Amino acid sequence: MNLSRKWLDEFVTVNASDKEFAEAMTLSGSKVETFSAEGEEIKNVVVGQVKSLVRHPNSDHMWICQVDVGQSEPIQIVTGAQNLHEGDFVPTALDDSWLPGGVHITAGKLRGEESNGMLCSLKELGLTTHEFPYAIEEGIFVLCNDPELEGKLVPGTDIRKAIGFNDHVVEFEITPNRPDCLSVIGLAREASATYDVPMALHEPVVKGGAAGVLTELLDVETPASDLVPRYTARMVRNVKIAPSPLWMRERLRAMGVRPINNIVDITNYVMLEYGQPMHAFDYRYVNGGKIIVRRAEEGEKLTTLDGKEHVLNANHLVIADENRAVGLAGIMGGQNSEIVDDTTDVVFESACFNGTCIRKGALALGMRTEASAKFEKGLDPMNTLPAVNRACELVELLGAGEVVDGVIDILNFVPLPTVLKLEPDKINTLLGTDVSGNEMIRILKKLDFAVDGEQVTVPSWRGDVKRMADLAEEVARFFGYNNIPTTLMRGQTTLGGYSPVQQTERTLGQVCRSCGYDEIITYSFISPTYYDKIRWDKADPRRDSLKILNPLGEDTSIMRTTVLPSMLEILTRNYNFRNKNARLYEIGRVYLPGGPDGLANEKRFLSMGAYGEDVDFFALKGVVEAVLQELRVENVSFRPITDNPSYHPGRCAQVLSGNAVLGLFGQIHPLVARNYGVDTEFYCAELDFEALFQIKGADPEYTPLPKFPAVTRDIAVVCDEAITVGALEDSIRKGAKGLLKEVTLFDVYQGKGIDAGKKSVAFNLVLRADDRSLTSEEADEDVKSILDTLKAELGAILR
Amino acid sequence: MKEQLAKIRAEALEALERTSLPAELDELRVRYLGKKGELTAVLKQMGSLSAEERPQMGALVNEVKASLESAIEAQAQRLESTAMEARLKLEAVDVTIPGKVHKQGHKHPMYIALDEIKEIFIGMGFTVLDGPEIELGELNFDRLNAEEGHPSRDWSDTFYFDTDEKVMLRSQTSPMQVRAMDSMELPIRIIAPGRVYRKDEVDATHSPMFHQVEGMVIDKNVTMADLKGTLNLLAEKLFGVGTVTRFRPHHFPFTEPSCEMDVQCHKCGGVGCPTCKGEGWIELLGAGMIHPRVLEMAGIDPNKWSGWAFGMGLERTAMRRFKIADLRLIFENDVRFLEQF
Repeated sequence: MNLSRKWLDEFVTVNASDKEFAEAMTLSGSKVETFSAEGEEIKNVVVGQVKSLVRHPNSDHMWICQVDVGQSEPIQIVTGAQNLHEGDFVPTALDDSWLPGGVHITAGKLRGEESNGMLCSLKELGLTTHEFPYAIEEGIFVLCNDPELEGKLVPGTDIRKAIGFNDHVVEFEITPNRPDCLSVIGLAREASATYDVPMALHEPVVKGGAAGVLTELLDVETPASDLVPRYTARMVRNVKIAPSPLWMRERLRAMGVRPINNIVDITNYVMLEYGQPMHAFDYRYVNGGKIIVRRAEEGEKLTTLDGKEHVLNANHLVIADENRAVGLAGIMGGQNSEIVDDTTDVVFESACFNGTCIRKGALALGMRTEASAKFEKGLDPMNTLPAVNRACELVELLGAGEVVDGVIDILNFVPLPTVLKLEPDKINTLLGTDVSGNEMIRILKKLDFAVDGEQVTVPSWRGDVKRMADLAEEVARFFGYNNIPTTLMRGQTTLGGYSPVQQTERTLGQVCRSCGYDEIITYSFISPTYYDKIRWDKADPRRDSLKILNPLGEDTSIMRTTVLPSMLEILTRNYNFRNKNARLYEIGRVYLPGGPDGLANEKRFLSMGAYGEDVDFFALKGVVEAVLQELRVENVSFRPITDNPSYHPGRCAQVLSGNAVLGLFGQIHPLVARNYGVDTEFYCAELDFEALFQIKGADPEYTPLPKFPAVTRDIAVVCDEAITVGALEDSIRKGAKGLLKEVTLFDVYQGKGIDAGKKSVAFNLVLRADDRSLTSEEADEDVKSILDTLKAELGAILR
Repeated sequence: MKEQLAKIRAEALEALERTSLPAELDELRVRYLGKKGELTAVLKQMGSLSAEERPQMGALVNEVKASLESAIEAQAQRLESTAMEARLKLEAVDVTIPGKVHKQGHKHPMYIALDEIKEIFIGMGFTVLDGPEIELGELNFDRLNAEEGHPSRDWSDTFYFDTDEKVMLRSQTSPMQVRAMDSMELPIRIIAPGRVYRKDEVDATHSPMFHQVEGMVIDKNVTMADLKGTLNLLAEKLFGVGTVTRFRPHHFPFTEPSCEMDVQCHKCGGVGCPTCKGEGWIELLGAGMIHPRVLEMAGIDPNKWSGWAFGMGLERTAMRRFKIADLRLIFENDVRFLEQF
């Protein structure tokens, strides 16, 4: 919401710079976003009067002008414009002057003739023909047709002052609970309370007296009374459509509204001043002189002022005559009743519509307008009458028409003010302050709350104030938030901290980082095409994802059911950035349909991904093992996975603890890598966090250190190359007779000395008894049993 | 004999001077002090001395023996330290050669900031809560007193999964307030960090997904002064002792009175500069006293209990903490960025 400080001055006198004003208003609750001075980029541009103009001797289109700029002698300026006459007043940029956009004007010569500045067009001053309708776009801005300027133009005056282009504009962020502040009067009330200065409210005075009796000319019905708390209307006859005067155009421009013509400008002016949207329509197109505010019929059509045709339904509220809709209530008028140049009789509508109905209607039609944005917040129905009277007053002031006596005013609500009990103790208890009851009353009164004893009557425009806490906020705002003391909490002590799940998450992060993996954050939503990229079958049930109905775009339209594509995207990005190595992890969620209350089942995964130097299957497996070890997961095994479409069929393993599946990891399938446009080996792991949490071991308990020495034996066996190390290890453990404490692989060999199709695998065995020193014979016996088992089960023979 | 002893001592000391190896020292020890050594040979002549001379000479022999022993010992130590010096010299390395790489992973800066915040509140007895990101519209809006028609419900602002607006991506962590009220015993002190979603196009300051942390206290006689005190403490812990804050009135449907807390711009100290867009202050968080209607909807009597709540954006906090200029860096996950923290 823009606020013209000139307009504000009409209601309250605030002697403060824009910065001071912004700060004070912000601290009392009206947040200022920015402020600016109109025309602040324009410097050293003055009113000039063309004293003479002659053709340039060396040009067929240029003129040499002598311009009076308030100095002792006229100055010479060369111009190419063709719309000048002797005596014209024009904006003159002097030598060393500045124009919007950082344009610097200096004296020079044009085709040999001295030119001591420049005569300006509207555009060069940053203005348009909307603000000065009599000026032309191409050509010099000749100032004369505004009655306010006549006889007042003095050569040498700063152009900004001369044409009123010197307002200061403050932009507010108005919160949705304060639609009353979407108006000059509303902000003036806040300024008046902030600065403790009185407010000069103006009661509109309408002379009236136009021919005719209002009730005979116009009849209003509101069959949709539940959606129309109030409908107020007046009529103006013998309208003369013309541009509005300079002062009104100035105000509109400062507030960011484009001037159109006097009647339209009046409706906008009143909307800005009172916060009450107004609509004007051409009486001749109101068939039967009857206005009906009703729900639209199913399929009813209406073309709005912007030229768009809409097909309506019963959720839309329309302004209609006996035959057809002439406007979308609270949103936009109809083209069929638009004010045009030959309009003579105008109906001013100042109504209050149901906020939700307007909001939904505007949303459904995709046309949120200035008016609908105000209505949807719920406006003060007491405001319609002063607003329509103000509009009529302005009509008379501008000589734009004659106002018909009387007002049509339909009330479908009972105006009952909110009355609250003032309880200073409760307010102080909530705020932690010690403000006196009298001070509270003083604050409330300057905000136009009526206080009678303990009874506080809330003004009609403060629909947001409903109970004690709301009064407390009013008191706090003007007592000053920064005057409220700062204390630390007392009260019962609570035992805070991390839950076991959160502790586990932290542990996982620590292990990953100690293994050299960096933490990343990826989006929870992905594109459905990402499932194609990771080669999931079209019929894969995991493709069943929650779909956002209004996504930002296809790429962020569904909730991921796998963390893999997110990781691949980040690996790819790093690869494309030519980063040599990347080791990344994220504890990320997947969102599976079918959770409680119609929500998702949000499962966490530990996602890891890496590429680069020293990254291979076993490097990643080492990290996975470190994670499992840190969580003290027992009975861990790895099973080859050959049919996961996203992973290399020969380099992918499932991680198990007993029968519980904890996840999988491996090299990304080269075809997937190709889908990401990458020609390197990516390795990824996806570990199910909840499964890890369930299976993680108990906190450690101390085990006594061995008292007796261990015996170590190295064995190398030859077996078929298809037999896995895991199978050999299992067989070794099975064959041992209780003395084996550790089995460690130390070599796998194929080649010279080993038959084709065979391999030699060497293990280091640690054997120990807890109660005695082992003899060599005891150890040999165990090793023999191990070798026998290897031979019997797997045909593995001691080398 | 005296002369003989003096000669032996002189010779021995001279020979000692010339030694450079431990083996030579052993040789000298044998030659002079050994069983067949020269000093022993002198001792053997003691028998030929008179009874008066014998103790005299005995003392002298012992003295020479002791002085030779200590001289040999001293020389041994000298030789050892020389040898050690030589060895150490040989073992010297070029300390400017880079160390062996042990790459440590890095926590994401957003999580560094979050962990700091968690520590601060855990220290004050707060529990950390997690909750669903796909949330009921009822909890994200209705139970938080955001009336139908509240602009945050707009389809242009919030992501929905159904046309009835029943299920949505939470637009704030505030529904965790309601979940806490519904599931926990009073008094309550919680923080709830997590992902939130709003329909904003990606740019230097916006992202459709970002993180917030919610904080809430419900207890008897909790005041707005307590809220200010706690949040000032948070600001000081995050940005340093002496950090200046200010509180501005604001509006949130679920708090009344509501406020926003600004931190004085660290760059300009409040004068106004490009970092704070000329305002001198940087907005840090929104907060307020829990709206009595919200308490009532959770079955908590606002006449007996009061509470405060706050919500702050984590990316913005991390960006301020680490002077990161562009939000996109947070989600880009370039290792050159990640490894700076």
